[in-house]
Amino acid sequence: MYTMSSKIKLFSLILIIVGAIGLVYGFIDAPSSVEEVKEMLHNDHASHGGESVAMESGHASEEAHGDEHAEHLYHQLHNKPWAAIYVPALFIFLISLGVFVFYALQNAAQAGWSPVLFRVMEGIASYLVPGGIIVYLLLILSSLHLNHLFVWMDPEVVAHDEIIQNKTAYLNTPFFLIRAAIYIVGWILFSKFIIKNSRKMDDGFDLKLHKRNFKLSAMFLVFFIVTESMMSWDWIMSIDTHWFSTLFGWFVLASILVSAVTTIALVTIYLKGKGYLEIVNNSHIHDLAKFMMGFSIFWAYLWFSQFLLIWYSNIPEEVTYYASRLEDYPLLFFGTVILNWVLPMLILINSDFKRINWIVVFAGIIILLGHYLNFFVMIMPGTVGESWFIGIPEISSLMLIAGLFIYTVFNALAKAPLTVKNNAFLEESKHFHY
Amino acid sequence: MASKVLHAIFTDDDILMQAVKALREKKYTINEVFCPFPVHGLDKAMGMPHTRLAITSFLYGLVGLAVATWMMNFIMIEDWPQNIGGKPSFSYLENMPAFVPIMFEMTVFFAAHLMVITFYMRSKLWPFKKAENPDVRTTDDKFLMEISVNEANVQAIAEVLHENGAAEIKLIDNK
Repeated sequence: MYTMSSKIKLFSLILIIVGAIGLVYGFIDAPSSVEEVKEMLHNDHASHGGESVAMESGHASEEAHGDEHAEHLYHQLHNKPWAAIYVPALFIFLISLGVFVFYALQNAAQAGWSPVLFRVMEGIASYLVPGGIIVYLLLILSSLHLNHLFVWMDPEVVAHDEIIQNKTAYLNTPFFLIRAAIYIVGWILFSKFIIKNSRKMDDGFDLKLHKRNFKLSAMFLVFFIVTESMMSWDWIMSIDTHWFSTLFGWFVLASILVSAVTTIALVTIYLKGKGYLEIVNNSHIHDLAKFMMGFSIFWAYLWFSQFLLIWYSNIPEEVTYYASRLEDYPLLFFGTVILNWVLPMLILINSDFKRINWIVVFAGIIILLGHYLNFFVMIMPGTVGESWFIGIPEISSLMLIAGLFIYTVFNALAKAPLTVKNNAFLEESKHFHY
Repeated sequence: MASKVLHAIFTDDDILMQAVKALREKKYTINEVFCPFPVHGLDKAMGMPHTRLAITSFLYGLVGLAVATWMMNFIMIEDWPQNIGGKPSFSYLENMPAFVPIMFEMTVFFAAHLMVITFYMRSKLWPFKKAENPDVRTTDDKFLMEISVNEANVQAIAEVLHENGAAEIKLIDNK
């Protein structure tokens, strides 16, 4: 039985408190009206002095344009703390979802190597409830017009935009919230049932429970692939309302899966380092690291397929998506490829390296950072545009959510023995050797 | 090379593994083991070094990547930089996404084929090669172990083999 150490508790509480303070500061710091932005712009120009004469004269000759610019900037800066909390809230919620998907895959595939890791996966999947509530709250707040994350939620914008008007049958607030509720409730219910069955099996082996979990996992995977695809349209792609991509759902899926497997590996290595998982051997770590590398390459494949097809045909209505990213986020845009593909591939290609804990942890940190930035690059250009910055609101909201995640996960890990009993494949998994 | 070798035939891979371990414990050298199928852990039990084929493959892949990059850069950018459908041919980097499918395939092609050829060369396999099979039954269901012996230890080795379940033991001249 694992007990949550006071160090972890303190660490996660500090993350939560510091993160919350930083996020509140981010909301206070954001301009609350267009006038404030205009004043800010004015001061900015004044301080720059002669350098911005050309710009200044441009503003003077076209007062209306200046107003539009200020309003545009106001929306971006107003969105900044909202987008800052939305990115990690979504990313870390999807990590726990990905872990549960991986767990269901192991059940459905009747994998013989992984049952010793099931409790770790169940622990991480416990974040589905708080994470789902946070994401859903953010979506509700967006639909209450407290922010401008989803441009199609603004009736004024839709009134002047024929492209969005044609999409309102799908993109309208009530339907959007109903869909989101179906996804989140569905995922949570499946996780509750499957995990409950797994806990019940500790009391004694029951083939009925085993079969029930097999069926539930298979059903969940079907439900998941449909809802995941729609979730990626709703929660991420609809931010760039004018743009669409057919493989977007897969692209998000690859990001979710690789971050999820990495999180499983990191938590496993941590718990093993503390002496709680003696039966986990380096072959299990090797298998997780193989999945990390494989899914990293899968992610890069989809990233590149999406980019190449749009870059090659260069159709104006599609290419704006990449044009804005290449112009305003070049370092992050290409940096994610280095972090999520080049480095993991080169580090984890060696079979011996995949058995060494610190190398897997090192690669894992790179992968998690890279996929946070991947979500950042997916969400930020449509919400804050060129006003992005990784500053106090971004870092502190990541700390807040990460702290909450760590607290929930380790709290859940302490609630059940760290090894399943009576699983049909447990003996095989204990002696797994590669 | 010793002038005489012992050929011991086994009928089961588990028994074969035991015999290998017993001989290795007594520090006798096993020349070769002939099996009808791969026996897991046999290479480790015999103390054979790990293969370096994967390393060669990685290096061949790098060669393939270099060849593809050099080829596309020379043809499309340096030699005749035409405007084909508005694709930027001013520098390699600007037009690189279009070359990635070629770079990828060439990397895989070189890594795979050169590694296979390396394997053939290292294990001395080619068409019309004379088969080195000491006993035809080893390709079907028997396992054969070959150990070099001399006058002094032939009896001792034969005894170890016998104790560890060898079905047949033959002393023959080494060719």
